[in-house]
Amino acid sequence: MLRTKLNNNRQSTLAKIHIDGWLLMGLIVLMSVGLVTIYAAGGQDWELIQRQLVRLGVALFVMFAVAQVPPMAYRRLSVYFYIAGVLMLVAVLVFGVVGKGAQRWLDLGVVRFQPSEVLKLAVPMMIAWYISRFNLPPRNMHVLVGFILVAIPTLLIAKQPDLGTSLLIASSGIFALFLAGMRWKLISFIAVLASGFTPVMWYFLMKEYQKQRVITFLNPESDPLGSGYHIIQSKIAIGSGGLEGKGWLQGTQSQLEFLPERHTDFIFAVFSEEFGLIGVLGLLTIYAFIITRGMIIAMRAQEAFSKLLAGSITLTFFVYVFVNMGMVSGILPVVGVPLPLISYGGTSMVTLLAGFGILMAISTQKRIMSRE
Amino acid sequence: MPSKRITIKDHTAEANLFARRTVIALFVVAVMISMLVSNLYYLQVSRHDDYQTRSNGNRIKILPVAPNRGLIYDRNGKLLAENRPVFSLEVVPEEVKDLDETLVRLQQLLSISDDDIVEFKKSSKRQRRFKPVAILNRLDPQQVAIFSANQHRFPGLSIEARLARHYPYAGALTHMLGYVARINKKDLQKLSEAGLDADYAATHDIGKQGVEKFHETILHGKVGYQEVEVNSQGRIIRTLNFQPPLPGQDLVLNIDVNMQLEAQKILSGKRGSVVVIEPATGGVVALYSNPSYDPNMFVHGISGKNYRQLLQSHDRPLINRATQGQYPPASTIKPHLAILGLEEGVITPETRLFDNGKYKLKNVSHVWRDWVPWGHGWVDVSRAIQVSCNYFYYDLAYRLGIDRISEAMGQFGFGDYTGIDLYEESDGNMPSRGWKRARYNQPWYIGDTISVGIGQSYWTATPLQLAHSITTLVNKGQRFVPQLLRGRLINGELVREPNKELRPIVVKDEENWNIALEAMYNVVNGEEGTARKAFKNTPYHAAGKTGSAQVVSIGQDEKYDKETVAESDRDNAMYVGFAPFQAPEIAIAVALENAGGGGSQAAPIARKMMDYYFKDRTDLVKNPPLISSGPAQEQLD
Repeated sequence: MLRTKLNNNRQSTLAKIHIDGWLLMGLIVLMSVGLVTIYAAGGQDWELIQRQLVRLGVALFVMFAVAQVPPMAYRRLSVYFYIAGVLMLVAVLVFGVVGKGAQRWLDLGVVRFQPSEVLKLAVPMMIAWYISRFNLPPRNMHVLVGFILVAIPTLLIAKQPDLGTSLLIASSGIFALFLAGMRWKLISFIAVLASGFTPVMWYFLMKEYQKQRVITFLNPESDPLGSGYHIIQSKIAIGSGGLEGKGWLQGTQSQLEFLPERHTDFIFAVFSEEFGLIGVLGLLTIYAFIITRGMIIAMRAQEAFSKLLAGSITLTFFVYVFVNMGMVSGILPVVGVPLPLISYGGTSMVTLLAGFGILMAISTQKRIMSRE
Repeated sequence: MPSKRITIKDHTAEANLFARRTVIALFVVAVMISMLVSNLYYLQVSRHDDYQTRSNGNRIKILPVAPNRGLIYDRNGKLLAENRPVFSLEVVPEEVKDLDETLVRLQQLLSISDDDIVEFKKSSKRQRRFKPVAILNRLDPQQVAIFSANQHRFPGLSIEARLARHYPYAGALTHMLGYVARINKKDLQKLSEAGLDADYAATHDIGKQGVEKFHETILHGKVGYQEVEVNSQGRIIRTLNFQPPLPGQDLVLNIDVNMQLEAQKILSGKRGSVVVIEPATGGVVALYSNPSYDPNMFVHGISGKNYRQLLQSHDRPLINRATQGQYPPASTIKPHLAILGLEEGVITPETRLFDNGKYKLKNVSHVWRDWVPWGHGWVDVSRAIQVSCNYFYYDLAYRLGIDRISEAMGQFGFGDYTGIDLYEESDGNMPSRGWKRARYNQPWYIGDTISVGIGQSYWTATPLQLAHSITTLVNKGQRFVPQLLRGRLINGELVREPNKELRPIVVKDEENWNIALEAMYNVVNGEEGTARKAFKNTPYHAAGKTGSAQVVSIGQDEKYDKETVAESDRDNAMYVGFAPFQAPEIAIAVALENAGGGGSQAAPIARKMMDYYFKDRTDLVKNPPLISSGPAQEQLD
């Protein structure tokens, strides 16, 4: 009895401020690793570190703020978030600001932001809300409606063009549908459809540079000074790190500037070069820890909406990690997705930590039913 | 109470379903992570040595290899521009354990100044890591030898050799040949825009002026590539692949360097220029502007002090007077106008006027004076050229009108670029009604036409344009673009550059050319010729026309006294000519600034140039004279 009480007390201090201790610990460790790696990758530029600290601070603040809001409060608002997000996407296509060859930004005078960031949370929310209204497992009809709801923002974002982000948002919605209990027959049907659609996508929809990325992925040595350069240098960095790595600040691929984008998308290569396979396994453990904790939170959540939302946020987080590490080590084509919480850069940091804030809010909900 | 159908959710069943799905998801996550890990294992353990070798032990670099710049020869095979090896002492600071101590030892060995050390420290801060920085830029052979003998005491330092341009004839060719100097930001931008920046990746210098600039593309060649294995010290271990650069082509110019040197000697101390062209081809045999300067100063970077000196010098040595000097042509264009007058029927070979020294028009108060105050007496077109009579030409211009003059002189190339292979060219000015309206917003006055008749007023021309117009005269209308480039050396063989023709001048009566040409013969050989003194006793038959261009206008009743007038107000001395008369080989134009009379100052220069050109010729016969000196002058009693 005493033990339970003490546990309750400890939980309730953090729970009162709606912080999930395990999750927070994992995130802080990741962020620290990130700062250390950025310092090495950015050529020991202290300014970079300062700027990243500011970003992390802002994002943590957002996470904390979002964690205070009980998910039930915005469950009803999911539809409005979704509609607002889709309208903003349309606005971007109509009069968006172009940057880096793509039309992804809305200029509000004071601030510029990417609406696709909003949708990273709005889509899983919308699907979770929609599907959880019905008995689970959902009927096929409802699942198809869910697909349509996912398809709309996906296509709008793909048109910007931002194929990478669109696929990630699509997957976040699909995860929610999967976790809700979409029937296996339907899953296999959709899978067959998707693979049938791939050649259509290749020949009619994909742009030249996107196709070039896939070709380079399949054979990077075909263009060693052009598009294959990135991935070749990246693999050299990773491979030469070996088991133990070359040591912090001793990575020659990065210090001698052989590796491009080393403090942003390719930071994993710097990490691998300097900390080796051992370091990589450690990093993966931290990520796995966070993901496991996220799924536990999902399983413990009280109602379907929270479960689905938490689950899809967590699985999407994993996809980011997998896609970035995969592209950097050469098993996926280059898509320009940063490594969450490690890569330098702030656009998706806020969205990411807002998602974790939602997880924390779900985790620290007042329990009516307890499995303990 | 109405009943509502309530669907109650089975939370437990849902939770179980969710839990099952979660387990599946986590299973897939685990599978994907193991895929990732096995790939990483493959890279970091199985292939580790291979990648280690590629990164840490040795690295592959692609180095651009600069092409050798083409050499430039004169028409007789004398080397005008060559490439000489230049040595610099370089260091990669990261490879030296104690840089300051090393520098101290180095200073003792090679006597490097403290300023150089300071400069070096500054530039090494700006340089990227692991890249070499130059300590000393131009080592003489002794320094090279001393350092090489002691190189083992200085790890991380090395002597690097590259080729730099050298001009053995220094200032004799500068304006025409130009020079190369270091590529700056503006050059890079232009190269980028032309898509050529990759080609210049290893090139240090680029043509900045003259032939070096105009024919830059041919002279530069194409870059080559060396794929090397480099260790972590940046030292090249071995070459894996080599694509040799395409060297620049060697050029042969029409220029005769001996003529240039002669021009330099003759024009020494004067401000002026000489242009010599072959009428048969348009080939430019000599193009010299004085004062000149040494182009070698620019190749290694001219000092601020020296450059300011050139910029601020009163005699403006940086201007190419031969192609950019714009002078009123003065009387040198009288032969051209004569042909126009004959063609238009305004005059005939028999037309005679009485020159009393003062030309007046009805109802106009202004008097246009001849340079001989009491006039030349009776003149026809031939004598008018020979004695350079202004009166005749005032009248001719008045009756032709500016429109016809402007159009016809435009056909000789006045007011237009000649198209010579230099960027530094001016097109002079051929005035017309439209031009004056656009420039000054004023109508054209009769007085303007009359001044144009003697090559003054708004009319300006470069010595190159003048020489070019004489070749057209000599060719009786056939026009060639003046060309410096004679041909290229391909496999040791000279491949000639084709002559470029312009639209020829077509006349109604071919005899009109002869009238002008023979009159020019009399200028040099006739009893009254304004250049006869200068060309006395030449072993060849020459012809020409003098000109004295007013720089400052003289008042109505004043006299021009060359002794008392200030130097900057003195006339420009002009001369155009050609030789030998019976089969012209060269046409020449001379322009001297503020020197005085064309006959007394410019003609002797032309004579000296022609003497030099014909000096070893035995096939020319002077006596007997070819043509009589024109109709005897009738005297008024």
